Amino acid sequence: MDFDLSEEQRLLKESIDGLLTDSYDFEQRKKYMAEKGGWSKTVWLKLAEQGLLGLPFSEADGGFGGGGVETMIVMEALGKALVLEPYLATVVIGGGFLRHAGTDAQKAAHVPSIIDGSKTLAFAQLEKNSRYDLFDVTTTAKKKGDGYVIDGEKFVVLNGENADTLIVTARTKGDRRDKSGIGVFLVPANAKGVAKKSYPTQDGLHAADITFTGVEVGPDAVLGNPEASLALIERVVDEARVALCAEAVGLMDESLKTTVEYIKTRKQFGVPIGSFQSLQHRASDMFVATEQARSMSMFATMANDFEDARERSNAIAAAKVQIGKSAKFVGQQSIQLHGGIGMTMEAKIGHYFKRLTMIENTFGDTDYHQRRVADAGGLI
Amino acid sequence: MDLAFTKEEQAFREEVRQFFRDNVPPDTRRKLVEGRHLSKDEMVTWWRILNKKGWGVSHWPKEYGGTGWTPVQHYIFNEELQAHPAPQPLAFGVSMVGPVIYTFGNEAQKKYYLPRIANVDDWWCQGFSEPGSGSDLASLKTKAERRGDKWIINGQKTWTTLAQHADMIFCLCRTDPSAKKQMGISFIVFSMKSKGVTVRPIQTIDGGREVNEVFFDDVEVPIENLIGEENKGWDYAKFLLGNERTGIARVGVSKERIRRIKDLASKVESAGKPIIQDSAFREKLAACEIELKALELTQLRVVADEGKHGKGKPNPASSVLKIKGSEIQQTTTELLMEVIGPFAAPYDVHGDDGSNEAMDWTAQIAPSYFNNRKVSIYGGSNEIQRNIIAKAVLGL
Repeated sequence: MDFDLSEEQRLLKESIDGLLTDSYDFEQRKKYMAEKGGWSKTVWLKLAEQGLLGLPFSEADGGFGGGGVETMIVMEALGKALVLEPYLATVVIGGGFLRHAGTDAQKAAHVPSIIDGSKTLAFAQLEKNSRYDLFDVTTTAKKKGDGYVIDGEKFVVLNGENADTLIVTARTKGDRRDKSGIGVFLVPANAKGVAKKSYPTQDGLHAADITFTGVEVGPDAVLGNPEASLALIERVVDEARVALCAEAVGLMDESLKTTVEYIKTRKQFGVPIGSFQSLQHRASDMFVATEQARSMSMFATMANDFEDARERSNAIAAAKVQIGKSAKFVGQQSIQLHGGIGMTMEAKIGHYFKRLTMIENTFGDTDYHQRRVADAGGLI
Repeated sequence: MDLAFTKEEQAFREEVRQFFRDNVPPDTRRKLVEGRHLSKDEMVTWWRILNKKGWGVSHWPKEYGGTGWTPVQHYIFNEELQAHPAPQPLAFGVSMVGPVIYTFGNEAQKKYYLPRIANVDDWWCQGFSEPGSGSDLASLKTKAERRGDKWIINGQKTWTTLAQHADMIFCLCRTDPSAKKQMGISFIVFSMKSKGVTVRPIQTIDGGREVNEVFFDDVEVPIENLIGEENKGWDYAKFLLGNERTGIARVGVSKERIRRIKDLASKVESAGKPIIQDSAFREKLAACEIELKALELTQLRVVADEGKHGKGKPNPASSVLKIKGSEIQQTTTELLMEVIGPFAAPYDVHGDDGSNEAMDWTAQIAPSYFNNRKVSIYGGSNEIQRNIIAKAVLGL
């Protein structure tokens, strides 16, 4: 049992923290947000240069063979700096599908351009009424020749506006909520029949609602078994949840730090407001919430390697619950302790709160995952 | 980073578990499971079994009878002990006064007291809190005056846990009334059988008699019963209170209680089916289990840290343990109350040692709920813990 980082992992942490300290303060972030598409290609290429975009891929695929802990380190750092670039969509989720289910040809076609930063991906999964159930799919993929024709609508596709390739869940068989009959398809974003409506999200990212109308893809578009890919989707989404947990820990760390600094310097009644016990206790509770979240983020990272899929999912669901609760508390109290200034777009704290809030509503909220853990019989 | 225990650690867990299975008296275990009080004899019998095995004072240095285990082994031992469950070693002797004596005591004191603590030849109690000195402990007034070769002790202590069983007390006494409040305190040990010691029970809201008031009226104590230096008692008290960082979370206790909740909730019916099938209840239980898992991981982080980097610099996460550990213990007793519902009402009149068994064990559920309100008050209330985090961790 060991919670320390290895020497290589510590170097990785130093290098990404260093990169973001230099090129990602709050003012720089505003500039990146104003760029076309809402994030910085320059920063993205810097991440590529440092090998971060190839981190989780095997060496055989041109990557660095990093595991869960490496992704955790990166995601925490990205959270801490409130990074806009589509690491989750491209490397964690897109890369996850390719790593777990990609054929040699599919990997050869996509992985190198992820690693060198030239292409990004997006995961088109959410539907109008699917909410958090990954098996609730109405988008169809009908066999045509040796390929498929995809029809349906997907919503709030993160990085959907900019992605070069979309990873689409679609039903090849059965009814809306059947657990079998679901496939995963690699669809070029510029394919005929793909229509996008793009918009910024509450937390400063960019997403798109995407309509697929008679989109034809070849057999090379199929990731895994087109009739039985729910397990694959769950696996990759679990990895995305773990990554979000780590990102949230980074966000909470920075929120707490920023808030504590603020109450040490803000004076009222002639003294720093941090000298008041009611505020001290609130800050202490934020610390407790953050540490509990960090513990569960580590747990989820390690659970990701559990062999038993049920045990893995249950542990990750539990982590998402803890993260959700901690994030809500730390986020809300950060604003409260900042007072009026926390309500402004100008102060950075509100942006951390907004990202934390959106993480809660991504891939299952606290209630959703708490129910999953309860239905699985708990953890003990 | 690796969550897995090593093969050796797993083998150690098996060894410990087997020892408990073979050696904890079944009736003692049953009473703990049912939340009943144990008699003095039952506790002492078990502690002597443990001491005979060489595990009575496991965390002490080897030269004084400790085991030399790693922090992870201690963690495993504690978890198995709490999960079995078996009575925890008597903290007042083993975790509190023992370490003070082997760290600050002289050779004669070490030689005399340490083996007696290990074998519970003396039952120790703690003389810290006073009616006017709770969280502000350093304001204590009990005084020890030097007269010839004796200390003369006068004053009052309170919340003295199980003083009715005690042979010895370690006591913070004011020896220099003119010094600044932390500076004039000494750490003195003496017999509870001394003339002038009066113990008066305090009945707590659960009906039990766990705590007492202790009065000192011209109690004569030999001069050599001072531990360490005169007027340095506050330092030893701080050492004592900081010594036990991880046990306080009581993860094993809460785990055992959750197993009991599940067992009971699969038997007690609500709306014509076992209450465990009620989704609202199940989700509340899951929420508690998740909090407990997070706490367990936080505790493991602290333990692993101590194993690797020594005990010198406490991991900041350790201050989380008391707050969360106590909250979760309280939640588990609330959930038991919820399961038992209207049958929480019957009251079991306690015997002198609280071990009356006239009633069904479900009659212990409400008392356990009432009693557990203490865990966020004792050992530095959770509000004091928050002060500590604010100052020591956040620099406020």
